[in-house]
Amino acid sequence: MRRYLVRRVAAVAATLLVVSVLIFVVVRVLPGDPALIIMGTEGSPEAAERLREALGLDRPLLVQYADWLARAVRGDLGVSIQYDVPVGRLIVSRLPVTGPLALMAALLMVVTALPLGLYAATRHRRAGDYLAMVLSQLGIAIPSFWAGLLLILLFSVRLGWVRSGGFDGWSGGLWHGVRSLVLPAVALGLFQAAVLVRATRSAVLDVLREDYVRSARAKGVREAVVIGKHTFRNAMIPVVTVAGLQLGQLIAGSIILESVFALPGLGRLALGAITARDLPVVQGVTLFVASAIVLINFAVDILYGFLDPRIRYE
Amino acid sequence: MTALGRRRPLRHVTFGLGVVITLLLVATAALSLVWTPADPLAMSIAVRLQGPTGAHPFGTDHYGRDVLSRVMRGAVTSIAVGVLAVGIGAGVGILIGVLAGWMGGWLQEVCMRTIDAIQGFPAILSALLFAAVFAPGVLISMIAIGIAFVPAFARLTRASFLELREREFVVAARALGAGDRRVIGRHVLPNTLPPLVIQATTSFPVAILAEAGLAYLGLGTQPPHPSWGLMLKEAQNFLSQSPAFAMFPGGAIALTVLGLNLLGDGLRDLLDPKGA
Repeated sequence: MRRYLVRRVAAVAATLLVVSVLIFVVVRVLPGDPALIIMGTEGSPEAAERLREALGLDRPLLVQYADWLARAVRGDLGVSIQYDVPVGRLIVSRLPVTGPLALMAALLMVVTALPLGLYAATRHRRAGDYLAMVLSQLGIAIPSFWAGLLLILLFSVRLGWVRSGGFDGWSGGLWHGVRSLVLPAVALGLFQAAVLVRATRSAVLDVLREDYVRSARAKGVREAVVIGKHTFRNAMIPVVTVAGLQLGQLIAGSIILESVFALPGLGRLALGAITARDLPVVQGVTLFVASAIVLINFAVDILYGFLDPRIRYE
Repeated sequence: MTALGRRRPLRHVTFGLGVVITLLLVATAALSLVWTPADPLAMSIAVRLQGPTGAHPFGTDHYGRDVLSRVMRGAVTSIAVGVLAVGIGAGVGILIGVLAGWMGGWLQEVCMRTIDAIQGFPAILSALLFAAVFAPGVLISMIAIGIAFVPAFARLTRASFLELREREFVVAARALGAGDRRVIGRHVLPNTLPPLVIQATTSFPVAILAEAGLAYLGLGTQPPHPSWGLMLKEAQNFLSQSPAFAMFPGGAIALTVLGLNLLGDGLRDLLDPKGA
């Protein structure tokens, strides 16, 4: 296990390095002159020159990269042009929206998808299975932002139960914050739940075909124990992987839902920065989110190694 | 009865449904290039935000444009972005996968870490970055979506290559003096095709969903060009006045994705009997 861990940690470190190189190449190398992007067409040549010096763009690329990376590792992602505050602080201030939104959607995904997937598998090729599969096909086909619009239309425009968007903050208590995130979390979780239902169903079906399940049944183990103990626990190994990979998708998806529901999260921060030509903010958010997804995938890998000893000896 | 129908009777029906919906999508897109009920770009403020009527079966938008015509033309955008994005993902992914699977050593390590890193960039994230550096538009959304597909294609190709590299017919071809290029092109690559074709089919609806999402965020197709995601963004401002405006573009996305997914599932059963 130890060797496996060391190998994985080295791999994830290398991966994060590649992530930083990719972002650096896109932001600093591909466009030619980042100063002109930030200034737009209005800036004078002298002002562009001053900005170039201020940003250190007159130095060799490799030096710029090393400097940028060294700062980023220490949490220094530069200063926002638009707000004139450190990008790191901006990101941290938006996390209490994006984080809970992704987590609530993940929770919703797990509590709906696992039981439904298990149910569908135990009703294989019967009405319940077909119904679950039809529901999941629909869930996969409906884009999350359209689902969000439909929820707004129903609960806000028609019924008037909730506001159509905005965030009340956490200062007014847990319920205050949760209330503004429920609809977006439902819209976001729906699609991913539909994906996970299918994964759960097929994983459970695979295990149900195993000899040990047949043996358990043959020696008279109650069906509830066969399903709950022998089947479900073993089926969870691939399901955990799928669910873990979906966490990254949920973070990406929350960027869209924040727009639908006017939530002040990371996604809206980055979108606003695009219109304001605030390159450091976009760069910082991208680096942060991409690194988070890589680390989540890494955690899933490790968890997988724990759950399934065979993986470690690959 | 076909092999498909024998194995899973209901699959026959869903596969058929998938084929029908996909053909409908392609036909609609093709038709919209030569004929639409009205000019998709023609504004008429007098009839803005109308619900479905005889003259405008899907109603009109906030500029009085015919929503049916715009939904029809939007199909072209979806298909074009979908095909090109999958093409980019498959092209780059297969190349990296071949390198990683054939070469081994440090080059393989570099390829694998690159794939892991790209996995950290869902289409939305790359699109945000590209939009900030260049300008938002349909081209960057296409590339961003394509990049998100690279890891899946690369991993599949690499896995097949690792497996095929040691097989007798490949070893035999080498022993007969075939060079790398010939062995890869004639013997290995063709045998990796079925899983790649399945991957491409299942990626296509994902690409269409992603295009709609990016257009909705303003990172993809730009106005006044019709795109289903962009139409939903515009419809959101008029939800209480004209709910119908938000129904048809969203319904078009859902129906298309449903049809393509059913088609993909059916193809997977046909091409990959082991996995079904």
